[in-house]
Amino acid sequence: MENPIEISSEACVGCGQCIPACPFDAIDMPEATAQIDLTKCTLCGACVPTCAFDAISIEEKAAADPNELGQYQNIWVMVEQHGGTIEPVTYELLGEGRKLADQRGMKLCAVLAGHQVEALSQDLIAHGADMVYLADHPELESFRDEPYTKVLIRLIETHKPEVVLFAATAAGRSVGSRAAVKINTGLTADCTGLAIDPATGNLLQTRPAFGGNIMAVIECPAHRPQMASVRPNVMTPTEPDSARQGEVITIDLQPEDLASRTKRLAFVPEAGSTVNITEANILISGGRGIQKPDNFAMIQELAEVLQAGVAASRAAVDANWIAYSHQVGQTGKTVCPKLYIACGISGQIQHLAGMASAEVIVAINKDPDAPIFDIATYGIVGDVLEIVPALTTECKKLLKR
Amino acid sequence: MHIVVCIKQVPDTHDVKLDPVHNTLMREGVEAIVNPFDMYAIEEAIRLREKLGGTVTAITMGPPQAEAVLREAISMGVDNGILVSDVAFAGSDTWATSYTLAQAIRKLDTPPGIILFGKQAADGDTAQVGPGVAAQLDLPQITYVRKIEEISDSRIVAERLLETGYEVIESSMPCILSVVKEINEPRLPSLKGKMAARKAAITKWSAEDIKGEHGCMGLHGSPTKVVKVFTPPPRSGGEMLTGEPHEVAQMLVEKLKDTFIECAS
Repeated sequence: MENPIEISSEACVGCGQCIPACPFDAIDMPEATAQIDLTKCTLCGACVPTCAFDAISIEEKAAADPNELGQYQNIWVMVEQHGGTIEPVTYELLGEGRKLADQRGMKLCAVLAGHQVEALSQDLIAHGADMVYLADHPELESFRDEPYTKVLIRLIETHKPEVVLFAATAAGRSVGSRAAVKINTGLTADCTGLAIDPATGNLLQTRPAFGGNIMAVIECPAHRPQMASVRPNVMTPTEPDSARQGEVITIDLQPEDLASRTKRLAFVPEAGSTVNITEANILISGGRGIQKPDNFAMIQELAEVLQAGVAASRAAVDANWIAYSHQVGQTGKTVCPKLYIACGISGQIQHLAGMASAEVIVAINKDPDAPIFDIATYGIVGDVLEIVPALTTECKKLLKR
Repeated sequence: MHIVVCIKQVPDTHDVKLDPVHNTLMREGVEAIVNPFDMYAIEEAIRLREKLGGTVTAITMGPPQAEAVLREAISMGVDNGILVSDVAFAGSDTWATSYTLAQAIRKLDTPPGIILFGKQAADGDTAQVGPGVAAQLDLPQITYVRKIEEISDSRIVAERLLETGYEVIESSMPCILSVVKEINEPRLPSLKGKMAARKAAITKWSAEDIKGEHGCMGLHGSPTKVVKVFTPPPRSGGEMLTGEPHEVAQMLVEKLKDTFIECAS
């Protein structure tokens, strides 16, 4: 084949069935037969099965050696802990990893790096881990890209896991991306669904792309381990069982694995907010309709009553009403709470990309035509400055605060 | 200092609409733009040159028309543009893209002192290529940078945004940075810049030029494979609540009281 994907002009009858199948608008029919624009095509293969005449052929890579792949066993979770506290997303990864391990008949192993963190091992076992690989050293006290990556790579090369899961956080994404390139394997970013292909045993990794407008299912057929970062708040943790037994393996660390060209000089916690918006169950989010920075206080108050996080649209951040770290949307954070209350947010596509996967969405906006209402579970047309305080009052009554 | 900024051409999501019949993305007439996050990387690269002297080179990997993003970068003040383009790159995942960009960086006459990326691309949203290039070139990385506090030929101190705050990180140079929106406000191109961009000669490198190995590029160099693409079922609008503010507030609390009690206690 000259090109990695081709439409045979002999087999193509010009029926046009493939054209709408292409998510990237790369197929066109300038004359009697369909043609693929290779500059737009991503070789996703969505068009191939739609052709009733088998006219589309896509280049296949050489198949993997099953014996080689079979050496890789067990499902691993890279633990995210800061200052000796395990981040909730780690329990979510363990919950999902447990399911995958049971389906594959394999062990679930947690990789725990830090300093004086051995005591956390039992907690990881209680949440589903069969084994904990413990890397404990003063140099690993705070998260750092290079030593964390090198320790992980050493472990992967020694023990050959089949799957490694990371949290799709700043730390998890940075370490995962670096490690995947070094050990020559695939990494799928920010997955919202994981499953095992019953036919091949491969990990099927579902992720949103294009700001959530399309979903892609990705696999890593010929390389191991199969690695994925997983979006916080999507997977369900298992109920902890303090009686669960597991094995803790302390790793002998090599000095060269601990060397780092970067050093953490300081950590400055976010001022004035205690709830991490990517992990919050409830988010109260303010937009342009809040009108002025002082009015954010009412968002804060409702958030406090509900022990929720405070989020914002780009408009509110650009107007300097609230810090960038609260911004939800394409140029901000992607969040997946149980409940998202959008206050005075019109719902531009870039904002929706960051929050449309919330379980329940409440929209409060004075414009009945605002696009946010198209995706809201409950919509209220009205003055956000009156409705939010009323809601706060009702919530206080409900929660007896 | 030779400052390199890696950028990507992406479709403008402002224009993206869903075809209501086929539930597919309609890209007809969608404009191709510089990835919004890369604008901050370009701006930061230019500011570093203004501070430290030297040149800024923008590199993009993409189809021939991706040349447009290099011209836009030049209009803002970037000195040189390099388009890395070849049919052999088709189907590249983040591994193959990292390899290809790293090969292009290795080919530069003057090795870079710093390499900047946007946090992630607005179409793929992976945030994996910056650290991937750092791994390929075995350079230190600071991701999600919101501020460069100090920089010299041998050392950089930068603030990295985390979920719960930010950390101050020191690194040796050369170093790879990915930057977030908070770092700066990208400038608009000047008239002079626009003229320069129109006239600028864009360097074009093929797979052969960058000495790319067949097994490391495009489909063959990509460990991951897309097996299916689908559009999620559209989320439909739900129930509208109407009444006076205290009435709608009561209705909403009634509907959501289980969630409120579960999450807030």
